[in-house]
Amino acid sequence: MALLQISEPGESPAPHERRLAVGIDLGTTNSLVATVRNGIAVVLNDHDGEGLLPSVVRYFRDGRTAVGREAEREQARDPRNTVVSVKRFMGRGLKDVAHVENSPYDFIDSPGMVQLRTAAGVKSPVEVSAEILRTLRLRAEESLGGDLSGAVITVPAYFDDAQRQATKDAGQLAGLNVLRLLNEPTAAAIAYGLDNAAEGVYAVYDLGGGTFDISILKLSRGVFEVMATNGDAALGGDDFDQRLFCWVVERAKLAPLSAEDTRLLLVKSREAKEFLTAHGEARISAALSSGEAVDVVVTQREFQEMTQPLVAKTLGPTRKALRDARLDVADVRGVVMVGGATRMPHVQRAVGELFRQTPLTNLDPDKAVALGAAIQANVLAGNRREGEDWLLLDVIPLSLGIETMGGLVEKVIPRNSTLPVARAQEFTTFRDGQTAMSVHVVQGERELVSDCRSLARFELHGIPPMVAGAARIRVTFQVDADGLLAVSAREATTGANAAVAVKPSYGLTDAQITQMLRESLDHAREDVQLRVLREQQVEGERMLAAVEHALREDADLVSAEEQGAVRAELEALRKTLSCTDHRTIRSAIERVNRVTEAFAGRRMDRAVKRALAGRRVETL
Amino acid sequence: MRLRRELQRLNPDENHFRLLGVPARFELDADALERRYRELQREVHPDRFAAASQAEQRVSMQLATRVNEAYQTLKSPLRRAGYLLALNGVDPEFETNTAMPPEFLADQMEKREALEAAAAAGDWEGMIALSSELRLEQDALLARIGRQLDASEWAEAAATLRQLKFLEKLGEDIAAAEERMES
Repeated sequence: MALLQISEPGESPAPHERRLAVGIDLGTTNSLVATVRNGIAVVLNDHDGEGLLPSVVRYFRDGRTAVGREAEREQARDPRNTVVSVKRFMGRGLKDVAHVENSPYDFIDSPGMVQLRTAAGVKSPVEVSAEILRTLRLRAEESLGGDLSGAVITVPAYFDDAQRQATKDAGQLAGLNVLRLLNEPTAAAIAYGLDNAAEGVYAVYDLGGGTFDISILKLSRGVFEVMATNGDAALGGDDFDQRLFCWVVERAKLAPLSAEDTRLLLVKSREAKEFLTAHGEARISAALSSGEAVDVVVTQREFQEMTQPLVAKTLGPTRKALRDARLDVADVRGVVMVGGATRMPHVQRAVGELFRQTPLTNLDPDKAVALGAAIQANVLAGNRREGEDWLLLDVIPLSLGIETMGGLVEKVIPRNSTLPVARAQEFTTFRDGQTAMSVHVVQGERELVSDCRSLARFELHGIPPMVAGAARIRVTFQVDADGLLAVSAREATTGANAAVAVKPSYGLTDAQITQMLRESLDHAREDVQLRVLREQQVEGERMLAAVEHALREDADLVSAEEQGAVRAELEALRKTLSCTDHRTIRSAIERVNRVTEAFAGRRMDRAVKRALAGRRVETL
Repeated sequence: MRLRRELQRLNPDENHFRLLGVPARFELDADALERRYRELQREVHPDRFAAASQAEQRVSMQLATRVNEAYQTLKSPLRRAGYLLALNGVDPEFETNTAMPPEFLADQMEKREALEAAAAAGDWEGMIALSSELRLEQDALLARIGRQLDASEWAEAAATLRQLKFLEKLGEDIAAAEERMES
C-alpha cells in the first residue's frame, strides 16, 4: 500500500528534483563538461566514451558546422575554415593575437575584437566559442536527461574584463544560464582541496594550451581564499608547438609553406611534443603538398633547450604572485599542477626547483578544472548539501583605473583585491565652466593609458558650470563575483548621473595584457620619467589657461608694460610644452609664476573685497 | 529570507568595527576579525544567491562588497589607524602637514640613499637588510600609534601616522627596486 509522502517546506521532495547544473572548462585545445552525480563530480563523455572535446570548429559552405574530433581530423585539409585555439582571440584585437603569420585564417580587424572570414560567413570568436559550448550543452542534456538550470564556465584567472565578458557572451549565445565565471586555477583548487581535505597555502600552476595562470590560495576550514594571482594570457602549450614547428622548418630548410602544410606540420609538432614527454626522441615525418618530404628527428634534450625560454617566462609571474601574497616559497605547502602542458618533464622540474618541492600531479591535469567547476555549479544552482558549507573568495587579476589629464592612469582598484569590490574616486574639472567630462576606463599595471587595455569610455553630462577644480565627480567602479566591471559616475552637487556596462566592443585597442605587465617591469624607470614629463605638460597647460582667463577677467589690474612681460613668458611656456625635458617646462612654469605674482595678489585683493561686499549685503 | 535579515543588521551607516563585530580600537584580535569576516561572507556572498532573484543578487553583491571593504580596512594596521582617526574626526593631513622630527627625516634620507646604492649595485643583501630594518621601524611605530590611538591622543597619533605613510612609501619603493633587479 502506498503511503503519502509529505516533505518539510523548502526541502526538495525528491532527489530527481535536483537542479541540473554543469561545469564547463572552455579550453584552448580541449573543452570538457562535468557534473555532480550522487555527490561525486564526473566528466560527461560523448558517444564514443571520450571526455575531451577538441576545441576545434569547422565551418562549411552550406552553413553547417563540425565541432570536435571530426573538425580536428580535417584541419590540415581545410585550415582556413577550421578554427583551432579560438580562445586566443577572445576579447582581443588583431594586433594582440600571437603567431598571426602562421595562422591560416582570413582575419578581419574589427573594432574591439578580431573576426574571421569563413566559408559560412564572418564569425566572431564569441560565436566560435558558442559552437563548442553548445556541443557540450547538448551532450550534458542528453546525458542528464533534461534541461540545464545553469552552468559555471571557467576562464583563465588572468583574463581581463574584455575576455571575461566575451566568454560570458559565448555562454549566453550557446543557450546557457551562466551562473558564474570561475577562474581555472581556483576550480582546480576546489577539486583538489575538497578531495584531499587540504589546509594551508597552496599554489596552483596552470599551464594550458594557450594561457598560463599562477594562483596562491589559502585553504582553511572550508574557505578557499585566493591571496594573489598572476599569469600570461598568451602563453601555453601552443607556443611550444610553434617553437618546435619553427625548428623543423629551419632544420628541413623548407621554403615558405602553404596554409595546409603549416597546419599539417603544426599538428605533427604537437604530436612529437606529446611523445617526448615519455620518450627520448621523436620522429617528425610528413609529405607536404609542395612535394617536399620532411623527415627529422628531435631529441627530448633539443626540445627542452629550444623551449626553455617559454618555461622561464612562467617563473616571473609566479614570483610576483608570491610577492603580492607576501609569502615566501617556504610558506607554500603544496604546488598543484594543472593543464596538459604541465605534463612536460622540464616544466615540472622548473616548478619543483622554484618551490623546492615535488609538484602534486595526482589530479588529471586535463580534468581538474572541469571537475572543480562542476562542484561549484552544483552548489550555486542550489543543490548545496548538508556539510557542503565551503566558501570561495577570489580576486581581480589586473588593476583597474581611469585616465586623467596627460594620458596618465589613476588606479582605482588594485590587482588582487578580493571580489566583489567597489571603489569610488573623486575627480574634478580642468577648465572653468566645463560641463561635460569623458571617463576612460582602463585595465593594467602600467602608468600610461596607452600601455594599458582600454575597456570603455563614457561621458558625463550636466556638470554645473563652476570654476576649474570646484566640481566633484564621483566615479564608482563595481567588480562583481565574475570579475566583471560596471562603472557609474555622479556629480556630487547636482547628482547628474552616467553609467555604463563595460562591454568589449567599447574599444579594445592596446597591446596584450601580458606584454603590459612584463613591460611594466622593464620600463618602470622610463615610466616614472614619462610620468613626470606628462605631469609638467598638464601643469603647463593648466597654467596657460588660468593666466589667460585672469588676463581677460581682470585686464584693468595690469599695466600695458606688465601685460607684455606676462604674455612673453606665456609664449615661452607654450613653446616648451612639446619638449621632452620636464625641467625645461618646470622652469618656464616658474617664470610665469614669478611674472604674474603681483597681478595674482591684486586679483586676490579684489576677490576678497567682492566677498566682503557680498556679505555686507547679506547681513543687512 | 536570510538576505533580508542581514540587510536589517547591516545598516549602511554602520561603521567597519560594528559591522565586523570587533571593538573600535587599534588593538585587535586578528583571528576573531578573520572569523567574523568569513562568517559574514558565508551569509552574504553572491555565491549564496546565484540562483536567487536579480534584486537579491544585487543586494548580496553590495553587502559582500561592504564586508570586503570593512575587512580590508581593519586588517591593515595602517588603514585601521587612519580609519580610527577619521571616525574621531581627525584629518591626518597627509598632503598639507609635512612637519617631521628632524632626526626622522635624516634617517629617511639615509635609508633612501642606502636603497639607491643597493639598487645601483644589485646588492641583494643590502636590500634585505634595508627591508628588515624598515620592518622593525614600522613595528615600533605601529606599537606607538596603537598606544596613542587607544589613549585618544589624536594629534600625536596623526603625527605617527604621517611617519608610517613615509615608511610605507619607502617599502613600496624597495619592492619596486627588487622587482627591477629580478628582471
